Amino acid sequence: MGKVGLIIRREYLTRVRKKSFLLMTILGPLIMGAIMVVPVWMASVNVSVKKVLVLDEAGFIEGLLQENDDVKFFYTRTPLKKSLATLDADGYFALVHVPRFQENDINHLQRQIKLYSAKQVSLSMKLFVRNQIEKQIERLKLQSQGVDQDLVDNVKKTVNVPLEIIPLEGEKGSGVEMNTALGMIGGVLIYLFIFLFGAQVMRGVIEEKTNRIVEVIISSVKPFQLMMGKILGIALVGLTQFLLWVILTGTIYTVFMGTVVKEKLSADKMEALMKQSPDGTAVADYDELKQTQQMVNEVSRINWGLMIPCFIFYFLGGYLLYGAMFAAIGGAVDSEADTQQFMLPVSAPLIFSFVMAQTVLNDPNGSLAVWLSIIPFTSPIIMMVRLPFGVHYSEVLLSMGMLILGFIFTTWAAAKIYRTGILMYGKRPTWREMLRWLRY
Amino acid sequence: MSVPIFEARDIRKVYGNYVALNNVRIKVEKGSIFGLLGPNGAGKTSLIRIINQITAPDQGEVFFNGEPLKPEHVSRIGYLPEERGLYRKMQVGEQCMYLAQLKGLDNKTAKLKLRNWFEKFEIQGWWNKKVEELSKGMAQKVQFIVTVLHEPELLIFDEPFTGFDPVNANLIRDEILELSRNGSTIIFSTHRMETVEELCDSIALINKSQKILDGKVADIKRQFRTNTYKMEFNGNMLAFTNALWAGAELLERKQIDNHCTVTLRLAGNNTVNNLFAAIMPICEIISFNEVIPSMSDIFIRTVQPDIQ
Repeated sequence: MGKVGLIIRREYLTRVRKKSFLLMTILGPLIMGAIMVVPVWMASVNVSVKKVLVLDEAGFIEGLLQENDDVKFFYTRTPLKKSLATLDADGYFALVHVPRFQENDINHLQRQIKLYSAKQVSLSMKLFVRNQIEKQIERLKLQSQGVDQDLVDNVKKTVNVPLEIIPLEGEKGSGVEMNTALGMIGGVLIYLFIFLFGAQVMRGVIEEKTNRIVEVIISSVKPFQLMMGKILGIALVGLTQFLLWVILTGTIYTVFMGTVVKEKLSADKMEALMKQSPDGTAVADYDELKQTQQMVNEVSRINWGLMIPCFIFYFLGGYLLYGAMFAAIGGAVDSEADTQQFMLPVSAPLIFSFVMAQTVLNDPNGSLAVWLSIIPFTSPIIMMVRLPFGVHYSEVLLSMGMLILGFIFTTWAAAKIYRTGILMYGKRPTWREMLRWLRY
Repeated sequence: MSVPIFEARDIRKVYGNYVALNNVRIKVEKGSIFGLLGPNGAGKTSLIRIINQITAPDQGEVFFNGEPLKPEHVSRIGYLPEERGLYRKMQVGEQCMYLAQLKGLDNKTAKLKLRNWFEKFEIQGWWNKKVEELSKGMAQKVQFIVTVLHEPELLIFDEPFTGFDPVNANLIRDEILELSRNGSTIIFSTHRMETVEELCDSIALINKSQKILDGKVADIKRQFRTNTYKMEFNGNMLAFTNALWAGAELLERKQIDNHCTVTLRLAGNNTVNNLFAAIMPICEIISFNEVIPSMSDIFIRTVQPDIQ
């Protein structure tokens, strides 16, 4: 094994064997999985069934309100005051009161309908109950105009414009929402990875310097070899972590889809839903399920074969570009406290591209987005944000080429600063001195 | 004369506007124990870093064993810097293996040699300890082992004895002498003149980026002789001073009863024999020795000539 190989191996093994690495490896996908799974799970779990008592003095909704998993309706004839007095004791969450029908005025009546409850009524519950009552009012109004409710329902059911977006250049189209989410996740991950592992490079260099082992080592290897060994070793740690995350997240996702969602989205259930809602009451539910299903479809439609290699390339490229600069900072200072003044200018383009990600998402093919995805200092994040929307391969190749040139340049410059810096103790260099080291 | 193990020919090293080494010429003979002396900031470390190829000179040539210095020579040189340390979180054994392999030893040889050294220093139990559990002196032992493990032809020690208690300092000194006996050339960079007196056979003195003195210790001492002698005798001090006349200058005198001790410097071309001829009739000589300048004196006299 060459000397750089030995250094890479040490850097890799000492980090991978740390408990914190194991912890991050396990926690990472759990957190990511949780972000994906929890909302769906929350929706699918009955927190508690709420019983709602209905006192319908007008007699037009009794027995007609559609229920869902969370809300069940019960009907009563007991006068309002008495019902309210025992409402809580009888285990009801709320009471819907429809007063007597007067003067044949539905518009007047609908304003008189009230919901009584001793507890906090959630917005979703209010909306649900309101929705159900409104449907009955609607039915009543249609009837009074002589319109058949079934006819309306059938018409409604057949009106459905999904408005699929067809890109003109023949690229595979997929949902805008999914692309946005994916672009954002890709950008955030690159940002996090560069900072996380770039900072590790810097800390590693400072450690060697403050430990005073650096002079022992560079009497055996060239400072450049030590720097590259460290940067590459930590890159491997990052890749290992990323791959473990992909595998673990994939497993969690698959298992989750195999149980919870599959059951919820099975074709049978969809059909059953369609059938059981002749009056359209389950449309909201159905739409929601359809959206989830669409999302699942889109996840599997994304070109992972392109996204993952691109992610790895931009992670490595961006990391090498910034990692070298972080190494130079580490070499120039004596302690982590001294790094502040150098960190900001170095990480500014990274933070800038992170901030610009939102703008790029709004116009992924605008000239700003294109330029930012070609300039090496911003391209790792911005290109990842743009990629899900489809980027012409010539732009991707140009961006990749620029990134390679970019990290060759920063590595060259960083090596010069590093080489001089690691042997300087006791004083914090200025920017001007560091620039002078470039010429040593 | 054999080829010197290390030779620097007119090397110059500049950092920005600061000249660290100015046309320095140094030769280190094979098998010698060589002292590299000089005040702080004189350029010793710059020279050592050039030998270790940590930096390269801006001008001049550097030879190892007669060949221009090359990266491959790294494995034939061992260096214990003054600012030395280890990875604190790493285990001792693993760390030694790592450093040994960086010097070009293969896995098996490195392990074998390390086992031997660990036995020699009776520190076998440290193998799986983390460096942060070791005391400073213990860590220094480990550093010493790592420096000499690959049996380099040239060993460079920068202030090797700092941080050791006297017992361990002796242990390390004996090991260094043993390495020297086995054919290694040793370069000491040090301020401790006792080390130089005791161990070195040649030195070079660097001051303000320039070499101002070098050669064999014995020769240098001879060169710095001042014709000063210390003498003990039984007799009369007054008679003694009269007998000296202008032949010698009396620098110090002490008398207890009949017993006198004096330090004197011979004047002009006077020889010891002349002196003896003059004083023998009047006193009984007990001892007579030349006062040889210590390396410390020579160091101070060369570096700060104004004081003398």
